[in-house]
Amino acid sequence: MNYSVLDIFKQGLSGNRGWQPLWRSPAPKPSYDVVIIGGGGHGLATAYYLAKTHGVRNVAVLEKGYIGGGNVGRNTTIVRADYGQKGNSAFYSHSLKLWQGLSQELNFNVMFSPRGLLELCHSDGQMESFSRRANMILARGDAVEMLDRAGVQAYAPFLNFDSERFPIRGGLLQRTAGTARHDAVAWGYARGADRLGVDIVQNCEVTGFDITGGVVRGVETSRGAIKAAKVAICVAGRSSQVAAMAGIWLPIESHVLQAFVTEGLKPFINTVVNFGVGHFYISQSDKGGLVFGGDLDGYNSYAQRGGLGRMEHVAEAGMSMIPALGKARMLRSWGGIMDMSMDGSPIIDKTHIAGLYFNGGWCYGGFKAIPASGSAYAQLLATGATPDYASAYRLSRFETGHLINEEGTGARPGLH
Amino acid sequence: MRITCPHCGERDSREFSYYGDAKTARGSDFASTYLRDNPVGDHAELWQHVMGCRAWLEVVRNVSTHEVISVKEAGQ
Ligand SMILES: Cc1cc2nc3c(=O)[nH]c(=O)nc-3n(C[C@H](O)[C@H](O)[C@H](O)COP(=O)(O)OP(=O)(O)OC[C@H]3O[C@@H](n4cnc5c(N)ncnc54)[C@H](O)[C@@H]3O)c2cc1C
Ligand SMILES: [Zn+2]
Repeated sequence: MNYSVLDIFKQGLSGNRGWQPLWRSPAPKPSYDVVIIGGGGHGLATAYYLAKTHGVRNVAVLEKGYIGGGNVGRNTTIVRADYGQKGNSAFYSHSLKLWQGLSQELNFNVMFSPRGLLELCHSDGQMESFSRRANMILARGDAVEMLDRAGVQAYAPFLNFDSERFPIRGGLLQRTAGTARHDAVAWGYARGADRLGVDIVQNCEVTGFDITGGVVRGVETSRGAIKAAKVAICVAGRSSQVAAMAGIWLPIESHVLQAFVTEGLKPFINTVVNFGVGHFYISQSDKGGLVFGGDLDGYNSYAQRGGLGRMEHVAEAGMSMIPALGKARMLRSWGGIMDMSMDGSPIIDKTHIAGLYFNGGWCYGGFKAIPASGSAYAQLLATGATPDYASAYRLSRFETGHLINEEGTGARPGLH
Repeated sequence: MRITCPHCGERDSREFSYYGDAKTARGSDFASTYLRDNPVGDHAELWQHVMGCRAWLEVVRNVSTHEVISVKEAGQ
């Protein structure tokens, strides 16, 4: 069923009893052309573009839990294209363009809201380095502007302009950046893939690979063995465990990232603010809750909840830049397991095992990447090559020295 | 999370700074620098007691429950 305004009207008159589930719940078939491991944003988008763009429809997405239970349903939904490094910039620029038409593409409202993203600067040196990055962003055709102190004051008057420790000197503003509804992205891609014939199999954990003579033949799962000509790993924080089952060691560590939300408030913050120096960022959800977060907890973790130390730090940083925050009550906090790569950038590539592919290393920034990552991974699976905009995301780059280290912090994932 | 420093006793983990996997040699420079086992469960890792005695410690910690299983001086 294609959703339309007329549909909503008709359903409203009949008590909304006629809506159908968004996707089927098929039992896994014995064999597929492509099996995608992991039903997060990246796995579902990959399945969708495989079926839609490349006509590969004999595809299964195997998800060990439920759709939306992983990072795709835990992130703070910021979408931006303000990366500086070659390799990243073209990719995120392409992704932002896909976001702009995503609701129409999927016939599903992903609530993409380009409300702007402001990154704060506190010193002359920082203004210069941000201006340099802004020029790089402009040079490749994305929108960005630099604001001076008065400009920031007009744009985001709720910030603390009296801070002695972190005086606001200016900011980098990308008006085309913003937020989206995370679950809707997962559900929209799942529904879109299902409508094109993809089997979405929940509660199906991949527990091993069937590899003979250096060629993958299928996977073992909690619901039996499944044969596949191609197998695509796409499991975010669990990348190392799944790859290890195929004997692959990855340049990845798993770390926990927390996020927080307050009670619903009247409209207060109409943009996204990143107070990078304080390790704090914030936006307001459409329901009114202030959604904010900070850095990783800083040590390897597979616990989907964080420590009190980071929580305290984020609260302090938030209070120092937006003192009014102290009047709101915090409702919930949670964590997600980040696949932190050694240079802070992702991997979309073949592996040395024929037919086995890997997508991961998204760190804390993989939500915005979902549309471009799905289309690039689908193209790699269907044609054997990634498109130009994703061609830098090689697994071999750590060995050849072609790192894409946006933060310049070296092989220390906890510091990216 | 609390870590018992062999010199200073039981302290809040915020007094320590984290380095990562204690296994630092993996055959080649590439593997030692970039590859990690990244296991679920027990993980031997290096922490420095920066706000205490500044000793480097090798801590075995369960990375799913954050239970600290053992602490000794690194390299011993
Ligand atoms: C608190 C937080 C805030 C964030 N904020 C942002 C942000 O503002 N902007 C941004 O761009 N990014 C953000 N991110 C990062 C982003 O959420 C992730 O990079 C991205 O969602 C990861 O890709 P995914 O959606 O495919 O992952 P997931 O949704 O985690 O999907 C992976 C799936 O694989 C499944 N799986 C694992 N092992 C197996 C197995 N053996 N068999 C079958 N299935 C398996 C898991 O159950 C999971 O559902 C944030 C993350 C967190 C946690
Ligand atoms: Zn000590």
